[in-house]
Amino acid sequence: MSHEDSVYDGLLVDDAHWAFGGSFEDPLAGVDTTVPEGADPTALGTYALMLGDDALVMAQRLAEWCSRAPDLEEDVALANVALDLLGQARLLLARAAAADPGLVPALPDGSPVPPEDRLAFFRDDHAFRNVRLVELPRGDFAETMARLLLFSTWRLALLGRLRGSRDAVLAAVAAKGCAEVTYHRDLAARWCVTLAGGTEESRRRLVAGFEGLWPWWGELVESHPVEAAVAADGVGVDPTTLREECEGVLDQVMTACDLTRPDVPSREGTGGGRGRDGRHTEELSRLLTEMQVVARAHPEGTW
Amino acid sequence: MVTGTTGTAETTGTPATGTLERARALAATVTDPELPMLTLVDLGVLGEVAVDETGTVVVALTPTYSGCPAMATMRDDLVRTLGEAGLRARVRVVLDPPWSSDRITPAGRAALAAAGISPPGPAPRHDGPVPLTLAPVRRRVTCPRCGSADTGLTSEFGSTACRALYRCGTCLEPFDHVKEI
Repeated sequence: MSHEDSVYDGLLVDDAHWAFGGSFEDPLAGVDTTVPEGADPTALGTYALMLGDDALVMAQRLAEWCSRAPDLEEDVALANVALDLLGQARLLLARAAAADPGLVPALPDGSPVPPEDRLAFFRDDHAFRNVRLVELPRGDFAETMARLLLFSTWRLALLGRLRGSRDAVLAAVAAKGCAEVTYHRDLAARWCVTLAGGTEESRRRLVAGFEGLWPWWGELVESHPVEAAVAADGVGVDPTTLREECEGVLDQVMTACDLTRPDVPSREGTGGGRGRDGRHTEELSRLLTEMQVVARAHPEGTW
Repeated sequence: MVTGTTGTAETTGTPATGTLERARALAATVTDPELPMLTLVDLGVLGEVAVDETGTVVVALTPTYSGCPAMATMRDDLVRTLGEAGLRARVRVVLDPPWSSDRITPAGRAALAAAGISPPGPAPRHDGPVPLTLAPVRRRVTCPRCGSADTGLTSEFGSTACRALYRCGTCLEPFDHVKEI
């Protein structure tokens, strides 16, 4: 090893030594990405994109807390949760690209941008398939924890079932993701209980957070035709089958918070559609503008 | 520079054992960039080392956390270490079975403790729905500095994806604990 003299020497020698520099290799290098027999590659690709977009957009929202959280430990915690989700997104977007290359936006010849980055940075809002819950503004800390509870409860139930997917890549990503999201859900659930039993103000904020977010919950446990198709092919999970398990967990937290589920109607679609259809709130456009601006300014850049 | 297989390999159809052994031995010296007291073997991420038909060494590597940025560095370090010895190498990602903290070897656990990092306990296993844990996490963590059992969790999330933050009630020092996953 050549970096023993000064810890900074390594920064000067070769770019490939940087964790965030040089060339990122395919996160699925050497993994068999053959679509399972009988499964529809287009549906599988779009499904991987949906789950990847959920994680990507949620990660971006959580990352907004960097340097803004109430204390250092929570700042670090939210960044860690965001990083786990970003990693899941990267694998899922790579899986989407391998299953259906037609999903990947075209860039000028010779562009070094890998497929998963093209999907993240060069699609417009209407091509994103995430549920709308994750794109809403981050709100205050209580609302962030309420949303993380809803999201991670649902994602953990989903990934738990996806471990049995006939698609070996999705099954492996889910198995790893389960262990990670278990920590996310526990973090969110404990904070909800803490805030509910804290001061009048913390409780008021938590209740307001749940009331504002609950109308977006229904979308998570409704089925889109793509989700129904991949469930029928044995490669995906129909989210309607997750409702009971998820609401059981949420009720457990609500009870510990001495709260009941808000009695508010589900939000209608945006322009007749939902996030899974590529119909989003204006907030997603704002989020993407910030997230994509640098990559789009340098479509031939190497990071 | 010697690269890939030798004449012996061509006649037998299998790579020269010398190359393989050398590649395995070299790959086993590469360390984790964030936990440099651990080799990739100690960490349990290094899988099969083989030589493909073109003579390239293929090293199997299992990611720890989905988003762990150290994986890219491990991959680059493997390729560079083998390259410096004249071996052309590439890394093959292995996702299944997923990495677990249970894969950290006894030597790795001892190295962590010696460096002031508390090694993980047994990882939980759930085949069905994962039960919610509302109560604070209870692990039997002893202080890697003074050995006291009087320790408390500061945060389940620490300086890297794999670590939680603890504090010792006896010597009062903060320390890292590698999380069970």
